[in-house]
Amino acid sequence: MSLTLQNVTRIVDGEYHLDDVNLMLEPGSFNVLLGRTLAGKTSLMRLMAGLDKPSEGRVLMNGVDVTGVPVQQRNISMVYQQFINYPNWTVFENIASPLRLAKVAEPEIKKRVKETAEMLHIEQFLERRPLELSGGQQQRTAMARALVKDASLILFDEPLVNLDYKLREELRQEIRELLKARNSIAVYASTEPNEALALGGKTTLLHEGKVIQHGSSSEVYRYPVNVDAAELFSEPPINLIRGFVSDTEVTFDSTVHFPLNQDIRGLKPGDYYFGMRPSHIGLVPHNDDDLEVSVRVELAEISGSETFMHVKNEHFNLVLQLSGVHEYHTDTPIKVYLPTHKLFVFGLDGQMLQAPGRLYQGGYHG
Amino acid sequence: MTKVENNKAWFLVLPVFLLVAFSAVIPLMTVVNYSVQDIFDQHTAYFVGAEWYREMLQDPRLHDSLLRQFIFSGCVLLIEIPLGIAVALMMPTKGRAASLCLILLAIPLLIPWNVVGTIWQVFGRADIGLFGWAINSLGIDYNYAANPMDAWFTVLLMDVWHWTSLVALLCYSGLRAIPEAYYQAARIDRASKWAIFRYIQLPKLKSVLVIGVLLRFMDSFMIYTEPFVLTGGGPGNSTTFLSQTLTKMAVGQFDLGPAAAFSLIYFLIVLLVSWLFFTTISHLDKAK
Amino acid sequence: MAEIHLKSLAHSYSAQPRSAADYAIREMDHIWHQGGAYALLGPSGCGKSTLLNIISGLLSPSEGEVLFDGQRVNEIPPEERNIAQVFQFPVVYDSMTVYDNLAFPLRNMKLHESKIRSKVLEIAEILELQPLLDKKAKNLTADEKQKVSMGRGLVRDDVSAILFDEPLTVIDPHLKWKLRRKLKQIHEQFNITMVYVTHDQLEAATFADKIAVMYGGQIVQFGTPRELFEAPNHTFVGYFIGSPGMNILDVKSCQGGVEFNGVQVPLDAELCQFLDEVPSNNIKIGIRPEFIHISNETIKGSYECAVIHIEDLGTYKILTLDLAGNLIKARLDEDQQVPEGRAYVSFPKQWLKLYVDEFLVEEAAQ
Repeated sequence: MSLTLQNVTRIVDGEYHLDDVNLMLEPGSFNVLLGRTLAGKTSLMRLMAGLDKPSEGRVLMNGVDVTGVPVQQRNISMVYQQFINYPNWTVFENIASPLRLAKVAEPEIKKRVKETAEMLHIEQFLERRPLELSGGQQQRTAMARALVKDASLILFDEPLVNLDYKLREELRQEIRELLKARNSIAVYASTEPNEALALGGKTTLLHEGKVIQHGSSSEVYRYPVNVDAAELFSEPPINLIRGFVSDTEVTFDSTVHFPLNQDIRGLKPGDYYFGMRPSHIGLVPHNDDDLEVSVRVELAEISGSETFMHVKNEHFNLVLQLSGVHEYHTDTPIKVYLPTHKLFVFGLDGQMLQAPGRLYQGGYHG
Repeated sequence: MTKVENNKAWFLVLPVFLLVAFSAVIPLMTVVNYSVQDIFDQHTAYFVGAEWYREMLQDPRLHDSLLRQFIFSGCVLLIEIPLGIAVALMMPTKGRAASLCLILLAIPLLIPWNVVGTIWQVFGRADIGLFGWAINSLGIDYNYAANPMDAWFTVLLMDVWHWTSLVALLCYSGLRAIPEAYYQAARIDRASKWAIFRYIQLPKLKSVLVIGVLLRFMDSFMIYTEPFVLTGGGPGNSTTFLSQTLTKMAVGQFDLGPAAAFSLIYFLIVLLVSWLFFTTISHLDKAK
Repeated sequence: MAEIHLKSLAHSYSAQPRSAADYAIREMDHIWHQGGAYALLGPSGCGKSTLLNIISGLLSPSEGEVLFDGQRVNEIPPEERNIAQVFQFPVVYDSMTVYDNLAFPLRNMKLHESKIRSKVLEIAEILELQPLLDKKAKNLTADEKQKVSMGRGLVRDDVSAILFDEPLTVIDPHLKWKLRRKLKQIHEQFNITMVYVTHDQLEAATFADKIAVMYGGQIVQFGTPRELFEAPNHTFVGYFIGSPGMNILDVKSCQGGVEFNGVQVPLDAELCQFLDEVPSNNIKIGIRPEFIHISNETIKGSYECAVIHIEDLGTYKILTLDLAGNLIKARLDEDQQVPEGRAYVSFPKQWLKLYVDEFLVEEAAQ
């Protein structure tokens, strides 16, 4: 099954919740809707589900217009942020409920509930009630209910937000595995770039009700179309510095200079925004012509596998993403090295002109 | 995009319109109609304009009962609100004792108004009523049927007995909604019991108290059944409140015109006081 | 100023605990030194909230003693313990202004109003709350409220320790790091013992100089973020810190090392000797995904694996590998070449850890 949105707009009380969305989701694809709070993720999912009608535009399933068809007739499953189960039914009855509604025969129900429960590792809780389970198990129950029937569209609305990070890691992996073998379209709303990457598949970037980019997750991550996309799909946020390119050198923020290298040579003289991934800035130089900058440590955020360093001087605020544990006290003076070979370049209008590994070809007319 | 006018939507609100019309607007209009006419029989009625209103506003019966009514409602609020809060604060928070307290508090609320009147009529009697007898045996001369002060006191006591539970229950539910962390923080800040009440409990109780005060004001302002059963408005006119004066006028003397004017004035007073109270509270809320 | 000593402390919610399972906190001896920045880290249900309540005095331990600077405080109520606490959901006195909120604890102590004023202004400046002093507390944002509730602890000269109970739960993600920085600055400035309770490794490792990891009612490791990451003292710490967590493999002792499914892993003589002497059969080895060495061709001491899955996380990749029937994860940096189909892994000696009965076996040399 494929799902197509054509020029879909939704206006509530004069406010644009969705603005001219065009999207084509392929059969069997896993799609992450990535956007900040209120970017329109939930609005878009409700439209896909048929819970809301678009103010303008059409929704097509397999090429058939289903714009006005209500959710009951669309064969859709949904998993929510909150752990939503029927509290006074057993886990078995909870998972069986969509099959009961579809009037599936009892032996078939037993078989499918058991299979689904096993996939989600809750087979030992089938006789318990949801509220006797931990948060993770409750959400697994809700997911089993969504997966037990062969829905053509499965919607996940930030299903892991309310779980702690270790559980998130595990469930994320399970979701990915579970949907691999299916032909249904999965749509997964998230605010976290890393989640989108970990889930693989495709990513749709939503920003203020508009789709700004859609494509395979790693492609979107590596080649964001503009500054908004780059900022949205980067955690910690991508470092942006305004700079000036002359015939011979680049000047960051009128203070730091470095000579043009072949990666930037294609740019016409003028002002640009330069983006640097937090992971590309280092505490030691990776390259001879890395740019040394003196800064002070604002905060070292340590997650174990990684350390996010917030640093600043009178000109820049930068974030570094380092592997392993780096303990620094606040206000420690250090040197960091900016990568002059791995720069994103954006025009002043925000459009991406080049990214590491994809150099700019045409001239710049700003 | 422009919004599409859809007139069908009006049909959806029609039932509500009809309901409000039948339950409130039409009866009210009938009363308005009466209040500006002098009606002799079914076919003879004269338009008298604001005459009944003028008469009513100058009527000493209305003045007296209005004053009585305000004093009564004032006393009711002054006693029941603090008492209700106090009861709620003293109630156990969990376990069987809590359930038991809730049941005990609910009992007075379940008794019909006229039964409450009858209970106190017997309870307060000096000869066979436990309460009346006990007071008298303390050496205090108490007789609600003969002494206006005693009658007043009994009606007030009856109302307090009947309705304090409501305030207490409201406050109890309000108090239960305060997260435990607030009390912990207050203990750590070394707040006194009074400070905890003043800065945590009272602010959090505000919304339920607004409801409590409004309900108790409106109810007590319209009190009829209990004093009617207990004292019949006496001795003299000492416990004749507004609603009773009105009933006497409308049903007893069949002065429909003045009674209608009276009702409307009555209605406006309740509305005005409730509105004043409500806006004052909400304004205080918004300050800063 | 205070040192908090938990002496032979244990707590059970049942009146007559029979087995270890009846204890929310198993017997422990632990010292929080004066002026330290500590975190108490663990998953939900590990006993960390119980421990926090015992320190703050809301709960009296069923066994053992709580000592503040050597003095037993078991029977002393929270208000007399000179401890401040910041809760998960901000607790402010809604009807008061920010100023009055900060002044509240001082007024309760009946201090002179001029003294109160200078103290409140001093703390407001540190917390950057001056512009808000006249505002009603209920109109503040969540992060401002959390600063106010912290401020109420800091105004008191007699406060010797501040306990934080997941204080950033309700804070917007992009403001979190600023508040984390504020917390660190305050700690450096005030020399107050701070204990931060959380289930999030990032929160804990960012704030604390030393972290106590709790698991099953026990503190399984007390160490710096680096120690927890590089030398987890317990398999749970290995799993819980780092994403993904440590690879842990069940092994048997064999000549010159350990083996699993026919794969032999050599160990130092000292460790082998240790293994010969212990009676336990619960032997595991652990290695972090970050420390596994990966190459395309076989080198000395490497093991052949099938590549099962590649997770592209942008700045690095996580490989899932099949090593003789065991799934292990390995991390590959952005610039490293991705092996196709097969990969050869080796475990550098200093990062390979041996666990017996779930606890680390340390070598004397380390």
